Amino acid sequence: MGAQLRVYKRRIRSVTATKKITKAMEMIAASRVVKAQRKVAASTPYATELTRAVTAVGTGSNTKHPLTTQAETVTRSAVLLLTSDRGLAGAFNSNAIKAAEQLTERLEREGKEVDTYIVGRRGLSHYNFRERKVAQSWAGFTDEPSYADAKQVAAPLIEAIEKDTAEGGVDEIHIVFTEFVSMMTQTALGDRLLPLSLDEVAGESRAKDEILPLFDFEPSAEDVLDALLPRYVESRIYNALLQSAASKHAATRRAMKSATDNAGELIETLSRLANAARQAEITQEISEIVGGSAALADATAGK
Amino acid sequence: MAAELHVELVAADRQVWSGEATLVVARTTSGDIGVMPGHQPLLGVLESGPVTIRTSEGGTVVAAVHGGFLSFADDKLSLLAEIAELSDEIDVQRAERALERAKSEADASAERRADVRLRAVSAH
Repeated sequence: MGAQLRVYKRRIRSVTATKKITKAMEMIAASRVVKAQRKVAASTPYATELTRAVTAVGTGSNTKHPLTTQAETVTRSAVLLLTSDRGLAGAFNSNAIKAAEQLTERLEREGKEVDTYIVGRRGLSHYNFRERKVAQSWAGFTDEPSYADAKQVAAPLIEAIEKDTAEGGVDEIHIVFTEFVSMMTQTALGDRLLPLSLDEVAGESRAKDEILPLFDFEPSAEDVLDALLPRYVESRIYNALLQSAASKHAATRRAMKSATDNAGELIETLSRLANAARQAEITQEISEIVGGSAALADATAGK
Repeated sequence: MAAELHVELVAADRQVWSGEATLVVARTTSGDIGVMPGHQPLLGVLESGPVTIRTSEGGTVVAAVHGGFLSFADDKLSLLAEIAELSDEIDVQRAERALERAKSEADASAERRADVRLRAVSAH
């Protein structure tokens, strides 16, 4: 076998192996997207009921609460960035990071200090490589986040907002995550988490055209708000984590699908080249034999 | 037909129970509260404790609920809990083990959680 042909054969074998791997990854990601979507759906009733309750307290009482009152001058804000632990997901992480950087830049232009909180190893390594300060980071649960993970992320953020700005607290919290729109579309977006604007929250539920009844609060409106708002933040973060996980799996699926397709194309091209090389080799061999026998015939004729 | 109220018991990550009921008893921070159809709109903070739901079919559903809220309006009651388990989902042996472990480690909140679970099972 000619050297050329051997090289082609070897490359075809290696690309075939890669194709098998990416195909398997594509299928794993596809099944995980469905699972993650189901988790998003399962968490929706809690989120809807909680939003309703927050709206009820917020609009039904004139309670002032640190989580809902807007600071007059915002000196420091926190940005929570949700990325994934693992790559191989196309532009998923870079889109989220880009969105966070744009948001950070905008906040800094407005004269605010920005504390960055990061979920996911990818985002963290991006910031560490550029030697940017990260207030706190979490990793290890981005593929399948649980409610306990969301609580863990929310705790320091709630603590930071309750603290005075002079003592290192923050006045507002933004969250950057990848929204799962559909299997084909996921968009990275930045959203203000706190302080809550109750009008906005109310607007979401008002869409259903319901008139909120006058609630009786047990034990009191302040206490209910005290207990309710951290839960609301946790549930928002939980929802963002779940959406981000679903988006990541969808992005992986897409990236792996195009990798598989590319490998298929590459195999086709390489097989054509290998065929041509084999044919050229055969042609050469035949012409050598014909040439050789002709020379032999000439020699015997001339004797 | 007796008046009914619609109950939704939801945990952070799933819907635990939903259906019609005639009476729901839950523990709020200011004491046990019973909600029957036609109750005034109410929003309360729940303590860790068992929630008893008397269904319209005459059965009883008991759930262990750890922290959360209760909101009632228009004969619709929502029980929101970070963690909620129906009594027949609770693994008694595991809860007993957790209770012993919590006692030996003097972990008050874990002890309380395990205790609530066991009480929800025995109340059933």
